[in-house]
Amino acid sequence: MAALDRRIIYHFDWTLFSLALALCGVGVLSVISATWGGKHHGIDPLVMRQLVWVGVGAALMTTAALIDYRALGTYAYAFYALAVALLIVVAVAGHSTGGSRRWINLGILNLEPSEIAKIAVVLVMVRYLREDPPKGGWNLLHMIVPALLLAVPAVLVLKQPDLGTALILILITGTLIFVGGLNWRMLMVLMLGAVLAAPVGWHFLKPYQRGRLVSFLNPQSDPLGSGYHIIQSEIAIGSGGAWGKGFLNGTQARLNFLPEQTTDFIFAVFAEEFGFFGSIVLLGLYSALIARGAWIARHARDRFGALLAIGFTGVVFWQVAINIGMATGMLPVVGITLPLVSYGGSSLIAMMAAMGVLISINTRRYLF
Amino acid sequence: MARFKRPEKNRSVPKLAPRIAALMAMIVLVLITAALRLYYLQVIKHHELAELADRNRIRIQRLPALRGLVFDRRHRALVDTRPSFDAVIVPEDTPNVDATIARLEKLLGGQNNFSKKIEDADDEGRPEYEPVMVDEHLDWSQVVALETHQMELPGVSLQVTPRRHYLYDSLAAHLLGYVGEVTVKDLNHLPDYRMGDDIGKFGLERSWEGTLRGDSGGQEIEVDSIGRRLRLLREIPERPGNSVVMTIDLDLQRVAEDAIGERAGALVAIDPNTGYILAMASHPAFNPNIFAGGIAGSAWHELITDPSHPLENRATQGIYPPGSTFKVVDSIAGLMDHTLTPGTSYYCSGGIWFGNREYRCWRKQGHGNIAFHRAIVESCDVFFYDVGQRLGVDRIAAWAHALGLGKKTGIDLENEKAGTIPSSQWKERRFHERWYPAETLSVAIGQGYVAVTPIQLAVLAAEVANGGTLYKPQFVRQIDALDGSVVKTFPPIVANQTHIDPQALEELRSAMGDVVNAPNGTGHAARIDGIVVAGKTGTAQVVKEAQGARTKETALPNRYRDHGWFMAFAPLDHPKIAIACIIEHSGHGGSSAAPVVKAVMQRYFELNPPQGAPLPAPAAAGESAPVDPLAD
Repeated sequence: MAALDRRIIYHFDWTLFSLALALCGVGVLSVISATWGGKHHGIDPLVMRQLVWVGVGAALMTTAALIDYRALGTYAYAFYALAVALLIVVAVAGHSTGGSRRWINLGILNLEPSEIAKIAVVLVMVRYLREDPPKGGWNLLHMIVPALLLAVPAVLVLKQPDLGTALILILITGTLIFVGGLNWRMLMVLMLGAVLAAPVGWHFLKPYQRGRLVSFLNPQSDPLGSGYHIIQSEIAIGSGGAWGKGFLNGTQARLNFLPEQTTDFIFAVFAEEFGFFGSIVLLGLYSALIARGAWIARHARDRFGALLAIGFTGVVFWQVAINIGMATGMLPVVGITLPLVSYGGSSLIAMMAAMGVLISINTRRYLF
Repeated sequence: MARFKRPEKNRSVPKLAPRIAALMAMIVLVLITAALRLYYLQVIKHHELAELADRNRIRIQRLPALRGLVFDRRHRALVDTRPSFDAVIVPEDTPNVDATIARLEKLLGGQNNFSKKIEDADDEGRPEYEPVMVDEHLDWSQVVALETHQMELPGVSLQVTPRRHYLYDSLAAHLLGYVGEVTVKDLNHLPDYRMGDDIGKFGLERSWEGTLRGDSGGQEIEVDSIGRRLRLLREIPERPGNSVVMTIDLDLQRVAEDAIGERAGALVAIDPNTGYILAMASHPAFNPNIFAGGIAGSAWHELITDPSHPLENRATQGIYPPGSTFKVVDSIAGLMDHTLTPGTSYYCSGGIWFGNREYRCWRKQGHGNIAFHRAIVESCDVFFYDVGQRLGVDRIAAWAHALGLGKKTGIDLENEKAGTIPSSQWKERRFHERWYPAETLSVAIGQGYVAVTPIQLAVLAAEVANGGTLYKPQFVRQIDALDGSVVKTFPPIVANQTHIDPQALEELRSAMGDVVNAPNGTGHAARIDGIVVAGKTGTAQVVKEAQGARTKETALPNRYRDHGWFMAFAPLDHPKIAIACIIEHSGHGGSSAAPVVKAVMQRYFELNPPQGAPLPAPAAAGESAPVDPLAD
């Protein structure tokens, strides 16, 4: 590894790299808008921090791109153990805000272990599924280990409580098992099981989470309570119109009508100012990124690389789908960031590292 | 077992590529759905949602117009409007209403239940984001406390509202009236009004609402999500209400009320040449300031259940038997119908027998031989029993009606009473009974069914003074804009013109002059040096006394005592002021009401020294005479 292969530079995936940085750019612009307090206030310190994270993330992405991704298989379980350990630390000594315990205060950075957990779960699942499945695909017995590997971090994350990340962990595990060769009949059984489990799951939800679900189904039932976020977000997006109100001209964001406008609802901030045109461009960037990820998976030289590509691409897809679905009122409110765009060091760095791994997979298909 | 063996193709090892393809198909579907949803929100529903965004950030603040002022005839302010500081809360702007309210209650002190007020406002259909007033008329320390703690009180703000202020408290309360918050019921038919607006409820404030109110303006203010005002977007200026210049004179009004004092009663002073009201008093009164900005339920209850009816304007709503003042009507009717001549003489023995009952004169020993002049001066009942009998009730009624009794004067005040002037037809209609001639005797001395209001008697006094012109009583002479320019003036309005023979009029006036000025006159107490006052006393029986019995007034409990009347005008030769006054349960008008009238007249002539101007020619009916309202 010490001697950098020239081919790595030659085959470096500039497309993916540019797409990731472009999304980071959209993110910085949106964070500026979301924190804009008028000319006399200037740029919010939050924007500076986000710029630093983008820089750190870009460096990490490049580093990850240069590392042979196959090494990740070796350390997958260790990394998973570390992630679980961090989740336990959070549960015990985490920094809590607004009733939930999600961060470990590291001084310069509030580390959010659930972001690391997403990467760890992808790694460990791919590590497990890299063996060829038996004839007919994976069956129930094969799924016991992945289920346990999912359950530990998922329960820890749910306890924080962070329904959004738990949901992503479940969805990405499902995606990997499906692509990794799950028996079709098993797939049907699992989907049926999920439907039947829904009422049981309802029982385990916290009251505010239930409130979100109810208000999602009928936002007007409590327009100033749980439904408020959905309504205000829809208003922000819709009032943007075809071309948007223009950069820094969004009233919904500037006047603080949007909740969590630098993180969960950053899409509404962007859509209000850049309109349908901007939204489609952003959606296009994500589509390109996802398509590139799928293309990399399709052309990966080994099963491990392919599944790893699917895993990280899947994380991006599910977060985009749920975040935009939530902001546009199609899905209930769960705290999920818009990958590479939302403010937040942990999620940005983790996501950019994952993108680096994708580049590594793409680059290395020429090397062996 | 072979039967259950699955086909070989299902037993193959799943390949990655088709699974990735399937996943991608699903992803494409989801992304297309998201794009369609965005198209729906941002293109199809754009206008609706953009409006909602504006409604979010733009708060429309109504600016109620400053209510017009009320002046007396000399442009001295009687009613104005002053700022009042109220604490308001927009519950929608308060993340934690209960906590904010708890803080606010602690800050403002007092026994307040702010959450109850919010609930009540919501029950009354408060629109979203409409502020609720939780505490009003804050003093300075409360205002300062609120201002300094504003950041801890999201959604709470100070509202400066103009508050109606009656400078002289209860002075002319019934005439000026009061304002109150518009009721939910009224809002249904008053499209220009909003909840919380003031509206005139009584008196001038009510009948001149349209003039005083003006047009409210509005401001569009940009607010953030917690309701802080950031900037003014647009403003529609309000148009302040116009001011009303009344015909009443502050000094006269004050003198009249002071003279009535703590007794129950009413006084109406009119300019006989215009019908302009110079003073209108009614006691007991109330303080209209307590209504401004909402009256407490207990205070309201107290007012409406008070047995002395302080909310009733006795001048226009109080109906009383006119007593001997009605002899003025008898005289005009008799002299004009020639059933009475100035020389007609009659013997008063202290009473007459009619039917099987004796009708007494107020003077037990009788007046002896008495002619018209002395009959008025000494108010002989027996003489007027005869006059009444000769006329018959219907002719008395016709004259009384012509002179404006028994019907509303048309003054611009709500709920004016018409009173009653009985006639045979009236009795038939009312009781399905024929008229008994004996009843005419009671009518002749202003008792029985006869009932009038003080303002009607003031109008009657004015007609005697001006020669039969019935001016519609008015208490507003001019409307001014805020800058003082004249918007409109109100010339006198002739409602009716009764022809009274000048000779007959002269007889009556001269007799009324002696009522006050002759030593034997019953209205001696109204005499003023240097001014010839003419008048007529009256005593209105409250209870029908036992036949023939004339109990001494002072021996009766107060509520059964007679009401004392006095009607007058002055100066006799060219009258400038006409007054009617009643003091309830005061016995003889000559001793109770006459001094009150005297006090007002005296003040009037101090303010307007007589110059000996000739009486203006009576205006023709239906026309308005151009008269300078201040030319007195």
